[in-house]
Amino acid sequence: MGKIYSKKAQASKNLKPKKEVVSFLLNYSKALTVVKIDDKNFEIIAN
Amino acid sequence: MADLHTPDALLVKNYVDGSEAALATLIKRHESKIYGFIYSKIADRDISNDIFQDTFIKVIKTLKSNSYNEEGKFLPWVMRISHNLIVDHFRKTKKMPMYRETEEFSIFSIMSDDALTIEGKMIVDQVELDLKKLIEELPEDQKEVLVMRMYQDMSFKEISEVTGVSINTALGRMRYALMNLRKIIDKHQIILTN
Repeated sequence: MGKIYSKKAQASKNLKPKKEVVSFLLNYSKALTVVKIDDKNFEIIAN
Repeated sequence: MADLHTPDALLVKNYVDGSEAALATLIKRHESKIYGFIYSKIADRDISNDIFQDTFIKVIKTLKSNSYNEEGKFLPWVMRISHNLIVDHFRKTKKMPMYRETEEFSIFSIMSDDALTIEGKMIVDQVELDLKKLIEELPEDQKEVLVMRMYQDMSFKEISEVTGVSINTALGRMRYALMNLRKIIDKHQIILTN
């Protein structure tokens, strides 16, 4: 195997998570409702 | 956009009060810091994405259940969550097994110092520098693909999106970039090794 010399050079400065991850999170947040009854939390995910 | 100047605490409050857009702003504002932090420890993009996602799932659940109190700042709190998830990840994958030294078993039989010597380091630095000069000689389109792939760790799919060419074209440019590098190296009898 050849050696890789590009490894330590400029790690990309502007790292960002995948677009899919962010859009999943936003949709998850929209779908999630947390209901508190007494001291218990119930999570409801809307379809 | 007014969002740019809204403090985190207010966005958190708006989000708890039901504004989904506030969450989008918070994620947008901090994504690269948080993701960069995770990536710096994990050095794997897929796992970093997973941990980033788990971090924000926790954030969302905590905020929605009203258990977040604005004692500290938002970002350090999120960083703390991702830090804990990173520790969990390493614990799960058992990256850090423990060995005890006994009479029959010396710890140094499995440990070695593979750090480079000063000379080795100088050679690697020199090779990297030479390689960069060679890359500069490549045609612009090939250089662009090679730098994105090798130095910025982007996938060919991402490269094709950024440069606006098809994946096959990007693959072809990468292939030609490597062939051209080999040609230059052969032509000038350059020895890139250590």
